[in-house]
Amino acid sequence: MVKRTAPTEFIVERDEDKCIQCQVCCRMCSNDAHVFEEDLNEVITEHKKCVGCHFCETLCPTGALEVKRSTSETRANANWTKKALTDITKQAETGGILLTGMGCDRPYPIYWDHMLINASQVTNPSIDPLREPMELKTYIGKKPDRIEIVTHLENGKIDPSKVELKTKLSTMLKIETPIMFSAMSYGSISYNACTSLARAAQQSGTLYNTGEGGLHKDLYKYAGNTIVQVASGRFGVHKQYLEAGVAIEIKIGQGAKPGIGGHLPGEKVSEDVSQTRMIPVGSDAISPAPHHDIYSIEDLRQLIYALKEATRYKKPIGVKISAVHNVAPIASGVVRAGADYVVIDGLRGGTGAAPTVIRDNVGIPIELALAVVDARLREEGVRNHASIIAAGGFRNSGDVLKAIALGADAVYIGTSALIAMGCHVCQKCYTGKCNWGIATQDPYLTKRLNPEIGAQRLSNLIRAWSREIKEMLGGMGINSIDSLRGNREQLRAIGLSDTDMKLLGLKPAGEAW
Amino acid sequence: MQLMADRDYKISSACGVLGIMNENGRRFSGENIMKGIALMRERSNGLGGGFAAHGIYPDYKDYYAFHMLFETEIAKNITEEYFKLHYKFIKSEPIPTRQIPEIKNSPLIWRYFLEPKNIGVFETESDFVVSTVMHINQNIKDAFVASSGKNMGVFKGVGYPEDIGRFFRLEEYGAYIWTAHGRFPTNTVAWWGGAHPFGLLDWTVVHNGEISSYGINKRYLENYGYKCSFFTDTEVITYLFDLLIRKHELPIEMAAKVVAATFWSEIDRLPEKQKELHETLRIIYSSALLNGPFAVILANNNMMVGINDRIKLRPLVAARKDDFVFVSSEESAIRETEPVLDEVWTPKGGEPVIGRLKI
Amino acid sequence: MKKIVIREEYCIGCRLCEIHCLVQHSKSKEIIKAYKGEYPKPMSRVRVEQLHHLSFAMQCRHCEDAPCLEACLSGAMHRDKKTGAVLCDEDKCVGCWMCIMVCPFGVIERNTEGKKIASKCDLCTGQEKPVCVKNCPNEAIVYEE
Repeated sequence: MVKRTAPTEFIVERDEDKCIQCQVCCRMCSNDAHVFEEDLNEVITEHKKCVGCHFCETLCPTGALEVKRSTSETRANANWTKKALTDITKQAETGGILLTGMGCDRPYPIYWDHMLINASQVTNPSIDPLREPMELKTYIGKKPDRIEIVTHLENGKIDPSKVELKTKLSTMLKIETPIMFSAMSYGSISYNACTSLARAAQQSGTLYNTGEGGLHKDLYKYAGNTIVQVASGRFGVHKQYLEAGVAIEIKIGQGAKPGIGGHLPGEKVSEDVSQTRMIPVGSDAISPAPHHDIYSIEDLRQLIYALKEATRYKKPIGVKISAVHNVAPIASGVVRAGADYVVIDGLRGGTGAAPTVIRDNVGIPIELALAVVDARLREEGVRNHASIIAAGGFRNSGDVLKAIALGADAVYIGTSALIAMGCHVCQKCYTGKCNWGIATQDPYLTKRLNPEIGAQRLSNLIRAWSREIKEMLGGMGINSIDSLRGNREQLRAIGLSDTDMKLLGLKPAGEAW
Repeated sequence: MQLMADRDYKISSACGVLGIMNENGRRFSGENIMKGIALMRERSNGLGGGFAAHGIYPDYKDYYAFHMLFETEIAKNITEEYFKLHYKFIKSEPIPTRQIPEIKNSPLIWRYFLEPKNIGVFETESDFVVSTVMHINQNIKDAFVASSGKNMGVFKGVGYPEDIGRFFRLEEYGAYIWTAHGRFPTNTVAWWGGAHPFGLLDWTVVHNGEISSYGINKRYLENYGYKCSFFTDTEVITYLFDLLIRKHELPIEMAAKVVAATFWSEIDRLPEKQKELHETLRIIYSSALLNGPFAVILANNNMMVGINDRIKLRPLVAARKDDFVFVSSEESAIRETEPVLDEVWTPKGGEPVIGRLKI
Repeated sequence: MKKIVIREEYCIGCRLCEIHCLVQHSKSKEIIKAYKGEYPKPMSRVRVEQLHHLSFAMQCRHCEDAPCLEACLSGAMHRDKKTGAVLCDEDKCVGCWMCIMVCPFGVIERNTEGKKIASKCDLCTGQEKPVCVKNCPNEAIVYEE
């Protein structure tokens, strides 16, 4: 048979009237989609090589380029779609597992888009966040059920300024806004991307997360805004690392690839990455699917307490799990095992590299997972014992607000943060050829992300979302995020089944309190 | 009869509230408070009014006085059967009422003086009574506990408060704390049980406002075994104070700092020890913060407390005259009961006005 | 004075600075016309130097102790009193190339647009900031005091 190759995915349309043959596109495309042909004295585009990252389009000084999806079509077939054919063709050629990056792109229902937010009218006043205090400050960690104080009666009265506190809280994470940056490892993303996240976290009073790639020696100075992660590969984990951040997060699973460990292709293991991860240059860093010292919940408890011991009980220990069918009881077990916070990473959570079939088919949406975990922890009376951080595909402040109303203490954003730094979600992170200088270690490419600009853009995003959350809170007549957390009365469902609403704990739109 | 008609919905309402206390425990008749609340007639719309009176049953002060509303004889029988299982009957009688044209469709209104029996080893007497209240309100159809404390009672119904007061012949009672409520619910259906005050043990709460944090306050209370079955703000406010003061043993001054929490910006400016205290209080009780506009008068047999939301979105005025403490939606209502006052002031948002029984 | 500071660690080698410099020094000052309709082709006064992944945009440093000023025979090369920029007065320049010979950075070039004169960065006289700085997508050149 005729050998087939995977079909062209994108067409880069070049407006010849506008193209000045300046060759910026040729110099910038890491996939060599644009080439200047000396003989013809013009730029030629090889569409097949285009991944749709839009870097050339962004930089073209005359706006001569437009990246479009290829319209080449096979016969319309609901079952044998172009994607199905493409994937089979690729696999027939290579015999390999199909890899991809970022989060699930399949059209499963996005429940956020079926939730509506409340606002005050007449019976209670809405609050203007520009004129009145509006509090977003959030504490993550274990909270006791009640406070213990010592009071002294004077003439039958208590002077509140003389009340003594007996309760000693365990260390909490204090964040100025309930939005944090998700775990993204050095290795999967560039040094400059890590630096941008760290600086933005510092500027915004929030936290970023090292992921499972260790902590570059230059970034120890952002320790106060760092969560260090311990994953099954234990890459870059050592005493100093554990003590570096404000919290330690045990990564059990990731929304993009529940049930398997992290994948870092050798192409991305540069000299610096190798030192930080403590692995040889160019070697694939494939984390084991489970932690080989955690085969059951009591083993998790041992690791939690081993880490607590190692850091003298000064750091909260979190556990990140992917949203899977049994997520509620698992989360409950995690909390009972002693985790100070539990991260639930939903179906649409991103990744630097994952088998496509797993990314697109395994796990459940964060909305449902979050709702059932919060409800379960409350039913069992352990909701205070740990905070819940939701992750997996938060696109805007509305999603964040809805997550908090469903019961999250805070959210992690990963993909949104990458987009703020330039990412166009082309899903080629695993190739190490990221034109935006984010998911790459190629020195030609990494410098494309100036961390000053990156940090500023990330801080802007956090600021913008925080301001929007304040506006929406004010509209509800609420002046503290505390009163939104778990307040599902402020949400209504639209276009959902009774079962969905039951799981989400929401009333339908139109139904009053 | 609309005893339970709309109990499946949360009702928002605006209202007038008034509280009068004699700090020396001197009992006075309900005449005065009826006069005061009548002046604020335009703050209610005839869909609910009520009174709480503390100190009215000195002869039965060791027994739990259950004020009950029944829609049917059957409900009354079932409730009495249930009472008999768990309590010794000291006295049971209809609450005396006066038939007046303004008050229609009244349910059966009874009071029972009861003494608990067979309390479990691991249960306090208060918890035992609370579970009785929860059980009746949740599980016995057409029966509703209006109040369940010792030496006190709640009198409430559908109508203007002054009419409800005359209906219940309140001028014949003597109490050292009276609180009153005129209701302006924003829906048209009204039911006797949904009127204020709300009572649990000797706690009574009257409230003007709408709690936007209701959803989380309710879920928070559920963690501690409270069942919010009436979908009213007053109910969650009552349970919250019961949790904070009775179960968590916080003094009222600190409980006030939970429901009307100090702003973080203010906490940041406090001296180190105070800062830690208030920070801890907010961290632990973040879900107990009452958010949204409210003016609440909370009372038990030992104190009366007036408190506003932390940015004071509803009116609340306080006054003193000799050993009397007053709190009210409007100063005029206080002046109506006591024209010459020693002191009148407008408390700040979140700052409680506390009247205490001197022992 | 304000100077163009090079931050080679962020230079991505796209050469947009060269393109915008060329346009700024064209007759039309419009990119498509400058490239497609002007002959002789306008020239850029900034050059991106590149070796492997190291690259940076280089233009006249407007030295404090500028050798070109000393070397200029005709007095065309002069320092602008207001901005401190080193400029070439095209009317006075005789094209002796002494400046090109002495420039330690090699950032003065022969003008290829017709006249026999020296061509160099003029910090985009009249603009708020030089166009190379303004259009650098990664802030790899900045205009600072």
